This record gives sequence, structure tokens and C-alpha cells, in this order.
Amino acid sequence: MRWLVVFLVAGFLAATPALAVQPDEVLADPVLEERAREISSGLRCLVCRNESIDESHAELARDLRLLVRERLIAGDTNAEAIDYIVARYGEFVLLRPTFDGSSIVLWLAGPLLLLLGLGLSVGYVRGRARAAAPAEAGLSAQEQSRLEAILGEDHHHR
Amino acid sequence: MIIELGHFALVLAFAVAIFQMVVPMVGAERGSAAWMATADPAATAQFVLTAFSFAALTYAFVTSDFSLSLVVANSHTDKPLLYKITGVWGNHEGSLLLWVLILTLFGACVAWFGQGLPPTLRARVLAVQSSVAVAFFAFILFTSNPFLRLASPPFNGQDLNPLLQDPGLAFHPPFLYLGYVGLSMSFSFAVAALIEGRVDAAWGRWVRPWTLAAWIFLTIGIGLGSWWAYYELGWGGFWFWDPVENASFMPWLISAALLHSAIVVEKRESLKSWTILLAILAFGFSLIGTFIVRSGVLTSVHAFANDPERGVFILMILGVFMGGALLLFALRAGAMEAKGVFSTVSRESGLVLNNLLLAVACFVVFIGTIWPLIAELFFDRTLSVGPPFFDAAFTPFVFGLAVALPIAAMMPWKRATLAKPLRALIPAAVLGLAVGLLTWAVFTGRTAIAPLGVGLAVWIVIGALTDLWTRTGRGDLAGRLGRLTRLPRADWGKAVAHAGVGFTIFGVVTLTGYQIEDIRVAREGEAYIVGAYEIELIGVDENLRGPNYFASMAAVAVRNADTGTLIDTLHPERRIYPVAGMPTTEAGINGGITRDVYVTLGDPQDGGGWALRVWIKPFANWVWGGAIIMALGGCLSLSDRRYRIAAGASRRRREPSGVPAE
Repeated sequence: MRWLVVFLVAGFLAATPALAVQPDEVLADPVLEERAREISSGLRCLVCRNESIDESHAELARDLRLLVRERLIAGDTNAEAIDYIVARYGEFVLLRPTFDGSSIVLWLAGPLLLLLGLGLSVGYVRGRARAAAPAEAGLSAQEQSRLEAILGEDHHHR
Repeated sequence: MIIELGHFALVLAFAVAIFQMVVPMVGAERGSAAWMATADPAATAQFVLTAFSFAALTYAFVTSDFSLSLVVANSHTDKPLLYKITGVWGNHEGSLLLWVLILTLFGACVAWFGQGLPPTLRARVLAVQSSVAVAFFAFILFTSNPFLRLASPPFNGQDLNPLLQDPGLAFHPPFLYLGYVGLSMSFSFAVAALIEGRVDAAWGRWVRPWTLAAWIFLTIGIGLGSWWAYYELGWGGFWFWDPVENASFMPWLISAALLHSAIVVEKRESLKSWTILLAILAFGFSLIGTFIVRSGVLTSVHAFANDPERGVFILMILGVFMGGALLLFALRAGAMEAKGVFSTVSRESGLVLNNLLLAVACFVVFIGTIWPLIAELFFDRTLSVGPPFFDAAFTPFVFGLAVALPIAAMMPWKRATLAKPLRALIPAAVLGLAVGLLTWAVFTGRTAIAPLGVGLAVWIVIGALTDLWTRTGRGDLAGRLGRLTRLPRADWGKAVAHAGVGFTIFGVVTLTGYQIEDIRVAREGEAYIVGAYEIELIGVDENLRGPNYFASMAAVAVRNADTGTLIDTLHPERRIYPVAGMPTTEAGINGGITRDVYVTLGDPQDGGGWALRVWIKPFANWVWGGAIIMALGGCLSLSDRRYRIAAGASRRRREPSGVPAE
């Protein structure tokens, strides 16, 4: 689905497609490597469209992947390594928007609408259930006795 | 000459569409049968003219008529015939022509098969449908004309984007368009009903097959696109939460909600105004999808063109149709009072919950998709909303739906108890829990989402089977099995489609949770172990020639790591299409029911050897298998007796009274 990505990337690489993560980038320590992969799948490739640096073939993505690994080797925590990248490239690189400022609206929009919808639905369903109630309880004493009379008659016929 | 005739037919179809938009509508208003009756031949004429126009463009592509600028930009004489034909819709102008071709085809279907509809409703439906056609004919003729000639034709064309030269993608757009445009039928029915001021069970029965058909096409279209991304893009991703994927996913979610709420209208005459609103919104999301793809406001991977003029035109179409329909809705919806009465625990309320979750899930996708735009316009923040957001915000809705689905599906109409379906579902719950826990125990320390998803998938599939089985009533096994085969197809369709949801969930969570990846420099003749397999690069042929590309192709042996027996020899490729100047990767995949072995070839390394990536992807095919099963369930439901009989019966009813004066 992302032919344009590949198209744009192709511009950067002139001709040859490369693998996303190159064998020479992989760290010897599997724990560090796992953390590096986790971080890079949350960072956006700046020259691509909507692709993480972990998936991207672009040179810049490779540089960023190496940078992340350098920071991890230097002893950064995941959060510190991400902050390091964000400080240089802006929050645009974060594929997961932070929970602050105006972005709180983004995060809370779904849950709030769900609550609102739940309220409306419960109101509607209750309304439908109540719509039945008056018809059932709405018999006056007179109607009730007449109903019993009819039912009684019916019994006699049998 | 044929090109000019095609162009002329398109202009003529535009004129017929304007006529059909106005005359039948006025006729329905004034009660003139003669005016209303003009809608049928007009709809047929529109379709025939558009089909001729489309055929003319196809002819230009097949014969490589390079005097057409569109053919120059998207074709080449060396291209295989199949892709010359699919190249017709592999571009903005041609795909829009396909869009209106399908639109006019559906309109004509109402004229041909809609004899059972009340005449005023049919006239209004066709008029509204035609107004959509008018907007798109104008869009094509004024901003995106496919029939523009070049003064000095070049010797050869610039070739179709190589990634589009693939069977998976060649048929992905037509299916999506069938879905998008199918929703325009639901829209037309909704607006016509608002103008009529009447929504009843018959309306629900009429609108549901269209919605169901649209949903089936969307399911297949999205599935094809996802499958294509999986095998073609070279790392086996199948869903990226890209704006354009979301653009097709939002109408899918809303149409799924719509086809459920239309059942309530049909069976219980409740949820009427909500169903009308969903029908309007479903088409609205189709238009938003078109807008996102064509305008380039949301930088997306498959935006056809960053053309603001076209974007503004679609925005106008969106504004007119959504604004108009929603205004009409606000004015008239109050008149649609509900008739059906049901208690708090009933299938009706189960379907309300289904609609709530699907609609809010769709809203979450929508706000995530447009948030970068909002943040930039109103808050001056340049940010990204990517897969981690959608995974976190969307997944809970899927799980909520998955938990409720089997229970709600088994509740009877009007008045139900939770105890009865729950008792029947004990085996499903126990099995789901057991499989989920087992998965969690086997893969301790990994993500908790995957075992949860596996358990829920089992719960849904077994739940669907339980639903079918309880429908056979009581009695001996033979009797129940006999009744099972005689159940209405709608029951089968429901169970099959619901099971499909389970299969897809299972495939998605296992594939994302438990895939094994290996990246290394592979040297020829050196075998190594990945998962339960032994991988060996046998050799690379660097000088292959295809019909319109050059390639390097590797031979990679995949063996069973324990026994050493050869399972398959895979041939991952790297291709370069010289005319388009573009490289692509072709993965080597050994597919299977329980896992795919997925190999891609990278660069040759300085010190010898090649970069090679190998994945073991568990249950990958279940993702698309589930989509096929869902679509199959939809087809079963669509072929149910009551839709076939309803159409025939109404025809019979009409015969004695004769055909109204025409």
C-alpha cells in the first residue's frame, strides 16, 4: 500500500533498494538490540511518509537507527534515548503523540465519546423498555376487571 | 476517433445525469407517473454511455495510443497486457472514471431490479443517486479529464508504477470502489426516505442488501490491499494505519454498524433515525476517503496527486452532500418515531452496543487520521500520529466487541435473559480461556495482548458454532444435523461472518506477537538456524531480465532443522524497472496454514555474501483467510431467501393490478 514511500525512498537511494535494518547495525547484545528495535519502531522516518525508522530503507533512517544504538550503548534508558532524538528533530518524529497539551484531546476523544454514547444508548434503551411499561400497567381497575371477566369466560368455554 | 466518441459519451452521460437528477424528483413531488418513469431509461442510458466511455479509454490503453497524455504517463508498449488493462484505473483520472462507471451501474441496477419499490421512492432514490453522479461527472470533465490529447505524441510511454504491476494490487481498487460506491446507494435510500418522510421495515429490507454488498466488497478490497502490502513491500507488514488505509477502514467500520442497525429497522422498526444517520455518514466517510487520497492534504503514501484544485472540488462535493443530507436529517429525523418495544436485555440492545462500539472505533480512527492536520492548523504543533497510537486507542474497542459478540448474537429479540446464552456459551468460554492461558504459559514474558486475543478469537469462533448448533433445537443428533443444513442462509451467513472476525483476530495477534526475525550476512553454502528451520543461501543470479525489468534472484533453501529434509527453495528477488527508474523487492514466501517462511534479499556485502532477512510468521494467512470468511458470510446472508423471495413476491403482487400508466 505504500508505493509512494518506496518511490520517495528510491529518490534518496538512487537505484538500489536496501534492507531496513542492515546486518552491520545489529548490536551484539540481544537485550540492547531488542530495546533499540522497540525504540526505532516508535520513531518516524523524517524523509518518508508515515514509516518508522525501523521499517524504512532511507539513509537518514539508518543514521537515526545507529544514533539510537549509540545512545543505548552509552547507557541511556529508553526514555532518555527518545528524548535525545526528539530534542534534535522535534516531536514530529514521535509516532505515538505525547499525552500533554492539546494532544490530550486526541487521547481522550475516544473514551469521552464512548462514555457519551453509552449514556445516550442507555437512555434510548431504557426509553424503549419504558415505552412498553405504560401499555402493561396502563389498565384501569375497570379495564382490569373486564379483562378478568373475558379471561374467565374463556376458561368457562373450555 | 474512438477516443473522441468516448469523450463525447461522457459529456452526454453528464447531461443525462442532470436530467435524471431533476425530472424524477419533481415528478415524485407532483405525483406525475410519467415524469417519475423517466428515471429508469435515464439510469440505463447513463450506464451505457459511461460504459462506452470506459471501454474507449481501455481501448486506448490496450492499443498504447500515446496521443493520450494519460496513456503516456501510465503505460508502455512492453508492459504485459493484463497491466495495460489494469493501468486504466491505476491513475487518478482513470480510477475516477471507474468510480462513476460503478455508480451508474448501481443506479441502473435499481432501475432494472427495483420494480418492487414504491414508485415515488424509486424515483427519488434514482434522482439522489444521479445527483452524486452529476458531481463526479463534473469533477472528471472539469478537473481530471482522461481524454486529453497531446499535440505531439511521444514514441513510448513512461510505464505504470512497477508496484502497481501486480495481481493483488491490480484488483484492489475496483473492489474498494464497489464498496465506496455501494454505500452511495445506502445514502440515496436514506436521503430519499428523508424526503418521503417515511422509514419502515420494507425500507430496512431494501437498504440492507446494498449495505451488505458494499461491506463485502470493502472487506475483499481491504483484504487484497493488506495481502499485497504483506508480500510486496519486503518486510511483511500488513497494516500500517496509513491515512489512506484508514480512509477505506472507516467506511468499513460504519457500514458494518449500518448493516447491523438495518436489521433492527427491518425486524423491529426501531433505531430508524440512527440508521439513516449511519447511512449518510457511511457515504460521507467514503467521500472523505476519496478526498484524503486525491487532495494530498494528509501526506500519505498513496496520494495520487498533490493537487489543491482537485482537493477543493472534492471538499465542495463533500460539503454539499453531507451538509445537505445532515440538514435534511435534522429537519426530518424527528418524524421517524420508533415502534418496536424491547427490554434492556435483548438482541436490540446488543445491536445498539455493537453500533456504539463500531461507531466510536471509527471516530477514533478518524480523529487519529486528521489530528496532525488539526494540531498544525489550530495548535501550531507539527506532530505525527502513527501505529502506536492506533494500536493503543483502537484495540480496546476490538476486544470489547469480541467479548460481547457471541453473547449478543445469541440473545432473542424483544426480551432476553443473560443467563440463557451464557449457559450455552460455557464451552466456548472454557475453551477460549484454556487456549488463551496455554498460549500465555508457552510464551511467558512476552506481550499479554496476544494470549488475550487468541482466547477471544477462540471464544468468537466457538461462540458462532454454538449459536448455529442451538438453533437446531432439541432432539437426537441426526435430527439436529438435518436441521442444521436447513437453517436459513442468513443464520449461516451470520455465524460464518462472525467466525471470520475470530480468525482475523487470531491471525493478527499471533503474527504481531510471535513472529521470529533474523537479519544477517548470508554466505553461499553456509546454513544457519532460524526458529525450527535451517536456512541456506544457495546462490544469487544477478543478471536476470523480465519483460520490462532487470532482476537479481537468490535461491534460498529452507529445511527442517531437526531432520534436514528440504521444505522449499525460495527465490526472493530485487527488481529494477528501468523505464520508471524504480527498484522493488519480491519476497520469497513459503506459505502454510500454521506459518509463513518469508525471505527478502538485500545488498551484496563488501566482504562477500548477501544481506538476508528471514522471518517465521505464524498464522499469517489467517489474517486474510478471516477476511475471505467474513466476505463469504456476507455472501451467504445476501443470498438468503427473504431477499430473493421479497423481490419476486412484490413483482407478482403488481401483475394483477397492471403496470401503472406510463
